[in-house]
Amino acid sequence: MSALDNNAKEIAKDAGDEGVTTSSPEINQKEQDNRSAGPVILFFIFGLFASLILGWIIFPKLLYSKKKQPIDFNHVLHVAEVEDGCESCHFFREDGTYSGVPKLEQCIDCHEEIQGDSPDEIKFVEEYVSKGREVPWLIYSRQPDCVFFSHAAHVKVAGMDCVTCHGHIGESESLKIYEENRITGYSRDIWGKSIGGFKKNTWDRMKMDDCAECHQEKTANIERTDVKTPTNRLIDHLIDVVYPGTSKSGKGSSIQTERDACFVCHK
Amino acid sequence: MKIDRRSFLSFLIGGAAGTTLSPLTWKLMDDSAIWTQMWPWTPVPEDGEASYVNSACSLCSGGCGITVRKIDDRAVKIEGMKEHPVNNGGLCLLGLSGLQLLYGPTRVRTPLKRVGKRGQGRWEKISWKDAVSEVSETLGELREKGQSHTAGIISGSDRGTVPRLFDRFLTVYGSPNLMRTSSIIDSYELTLHLMQGVQALPGFDFENADFILSFGSGIIDGWGSPVRMFRANSTWCNTGGKVIQIEPRLSNTAAKSDKWIPINPGTEASLALGIAHVIIKESLYDAGFINYYSEGFEDWKRFVLDEYGPDSVATVTGIDSTTIIALARSFARASKPLAICGRGQGTTPGSLNECTAVHALNALVGNINKKGGIFAVAEPDYINWPEIEMDDSAAAGMQKGRLDGAGSKKYPFSRHLLNRLPQAVNSGEKYPLKALFVAGANPLYTMSDSKAVKKAFDKVPFVVSFSSYMDETAQNADLILPNHAYLERYEDIPTPAGMPKPVIGLSRPVVEPQFNTKHTGDVIILLAKAMGGNIADAFAWNSYDECLKETLGYKWRVMVEKGFWSYPDIFVQTHEKSFDTVSGKFEFAPKETGSLKQFKPVNIEGDKTNYPLLLIPYDSIRLANGVVGDPPFVMKSVDDTVLKGTDVFIELNPKTAGEHGLREGQLAMLSTPVGKARVKVHLFDGIMPGLVALPRGLGHTAFDDYLAGKGINFNELIGPVEDSVSGLDAAWGIRVKLAKA
Repeated sequence: MSALDNNAKEIAKDAGDEGVTTSSPEINQKEQDNRSAGPVILFFIFGLFASLILGWIIFPKLLYSKKKQPIDFNHVLHVAEVEDGCESCHFFREDGTYSGVPKLEQCIDCHEEIQGDSPDEIKFVEEYVSKGREVPWLIYSRQPDCVFFSHAAHVKVAGMDCVTCHGHIGESESLKIYEENRITGYSRDIWGKSIGGFKKNTWDRMKMDDCAECHQEKTANIERTDVKTPTNRLIDHLIDVVYPGTSKSGKGSSIQTERDACFVCHK
Repeated sequence: MKIDRRSFLSFLIGGAAGTTLSPLTWKLMDDSAIWTQMWPWTPVPEDGEASYVNSACSLCSGGCGITVRKIDDRAVKIEGMKEHPVNNGGLCLLGLSGLQLLYGPTRVRTPLKRVGKRGQGRWEKISWKDAVSEVSETLGELREKGQSHTAGIISGSDRGTVPRLFDRFLTVYGSPNLMRTSSIIDSYELTLHLMQGVQALPGFDFENADFILSFGSGIIDGWGSPVRMFRANSTWCNTGGKVIQIEPRLSNTAAKSDKWIPINPGTEASLALGIAHVIIKESLYDAGFINYYSEGFEDWKRFVLDEYGPDSVATVTGIDSTTIIALARSFARASKPLAICGRGQGTTPGSLNECTAVHALNALVGNINKKGGIFAVAEPDYINWPEIEMDDSAAAGMQKGRLDGAGSKKYPFSRHLLNRLPQAVNSGEKYPLKALFVAGANPLYTMSDSKAVKKAFDKVPFVVSFSSYMDETAQNADLILPNHAYLERYEDIPTPAGMPKPVIGLSRPVVEPQFNTKHTGDVIILLAKAMGGNIADAFAWNSYDECLKETLGYKWRVMVEKGFWSYPDIFVQTHEKSFDTVSGKFEFAPKETGSLKQFKPVNIEGDKTNYPLLLIPYDSIRLANGVVGDPPFVMKSVDDTVLKGTDVFIELNPKTAGEHGLREGQLAMLSTPVGKARVKVHLFDGIMPGLVALPRGLGHTAFDDYLAGKGINFNELIGPVEDSVSGLDAAWGIRVKLAKA
């Protein structure tokens, strides 16, 4: 008899023995369940917390790159010096267009020579003013190129305050870190500081739904029952495509303008 | 604790639940959606202050006024200038795309000196100081050796301050060789000189004309001042004006005309005289004008009546005699008829016979210097510079006679015969050309028989290009002294082609010079100062801008404000004073040109047995064929029955194609006595059988990748044919054979 045959016999015997000693397979199964219930819940909690930490804490840190402004600008100091508040520097041009962040041309009146001894001031005059180079400011509130936004319509016509959208930046003594979304390249201020997209103030977020929210409020006195945010409107539209006739289509495709034109606000 | 499969799965489930409750997936989805909306590689225009600058377009001789929109320091859009006498707000495709030339990759960014062989493309950057002293030294040496006449200039124009500065420089230096790029304007100038005794440009009052008899002129294909022509054509549509287009191919102009009359190519002069025959025979001509203000009518009448009866003309032209008679009657009976010539965009002068015959038609109906007619427009005399003092060597150089033979015994009436230059240089019969400047022109592309032109350039030891762009001529130069691009410089734009009244446009810098370029006017002044002596004395200005301002005098301020200077109204002259011929009248048969028997058809190159077909070029507003080529935007508009990939299509009548066994899209070999080309076949019912048509404006070897290497340059397939009276290039086509490739 070969060694191989012996091995085979032993394995067969072992199996026969087990079959004899195990009286009830159901009891054995229960015992096993009791043994592993603890670790299973624990691992579930591990997984849950790990992913929550990843999603809420680590992910935002990875998603946004942090950039320092080239010069740390003090709004408080400047607002105190000027007469017209924000519009002294962030003015409307003659043709009604909005000038945005000031150019060197406006700064040069006061800053041709170094004022005071702050290192940022010295850097500003030496590196930018005297060389005639524009400061590459990072703009927190820059909307993407596909958006038409008219400051004149909002500020001049609707009489809105700068703070409504830009917050209290005019009262800041130094500029915060500019956070740029690594995927989209947009400033974090568009999505909002809260990664969950929650907002407390009107200026916390500047996405399309936020435009819509305000427009919705302003147009609330116009009797409209089908006022919806663009996201809901999209869902309605999709339902309408899949099950035609079930959804009542609205007046116009654009809630902001009440016209059938995305291209009023979008390029 | 044992980590088994169940724990691991439980961990994953927990992770999935946590991820769902965290913003990670939702935010990533949103961001990736936004990312696809705004691709990061899509260029985003800078935001800034908008402003507009009025200037003038000089990409062709059309002289349109332009308004350029700027955002801060960058030009972003070119629009037609409103209220401009030439284009009144309109603009052509090329003009709209000018920013691609300004900011495109074809600009020459700094003075360059050739390092490798000619045309090899190896350059060394040099300073402006070195560049100017190199030119002045070379010219100085020539002058010392008494060879000042061996220097020459090929210029895009001879009007306006920059060409005149070149002319002044060359004169005081001692060379008569300023050669202007030729066009139908040469033939018209000569016609006006011979028949009316005036030195003037032709001006057509299209806006007031109501019957246009066009002998192949591409009214909406870029003839004359293109935008003005579009507008005039629209006016006729609204006012009921008629356009009769006579040409062998159904061009865009023919397609939009009221009547297209296909004609055997090159027989236009015969048709014009055939029409004259009918008008005279039926006494439909303006007897008042003919009797009081014309000379030689009787001789001419006899000649026309004897030789150009409708039947014989019908045989030559292939047009039915009844059509000819009907055409003559409707032309003569129209209230404001106007006959014009110059094939396609009018880039070739054509035969003098043709131009005089067509002009005679205008005289027959008495619409010379009359509303709705043709005017002899004198160049406004605003360039009045002090007389130059010539020294002996300059005077000696000027005595030598022009290399191109213009003004010689053989061609006494012509002023410029650039088409004769390659042959003169290659044969070396007169004297060699030792230094050649090229400004506002691209002769290595635009002149016919490219091979001969290249050979002639190779014989010139010193070639200097003033081009803003790396064009074919710049590629083959020894030195490039890049001019500012047209949107970066001041320059006067003299009266555009075909305007019935003088208008001076002002090209103004829209943006700061983008590169280390210099205004050609400034370079001429610097060069003159470097040469010293009388030459320096003739250029007293410190800069070109100073020269321009001084030259324009009181007009300057108006031009800066409005963008142009326009003379109040059409000069309606009385016939008594408008003809400066010996007789003081309109000459039907100018004696200087010899006998009327010289009216012979142009013999084009090639024999009928070896080359059974006829090759003709065609022009399109979508293909720039002058000093610049198509920028990418314009190139995109070229139809794929004209160009597909790098293959150009010839147009062939299905009948002719059938005879040659060729199908649509098939490759074919085109051979002319001058050159060969591989082309694709496009079957087109709008071309007469026996003809092959090839577009002009393709086959560049220079400019950017969007243009270079695409199609065939028509000029490689055709050579010039000298007109026996004018010496100008009279070729309208060439014989060709076609074989399957």
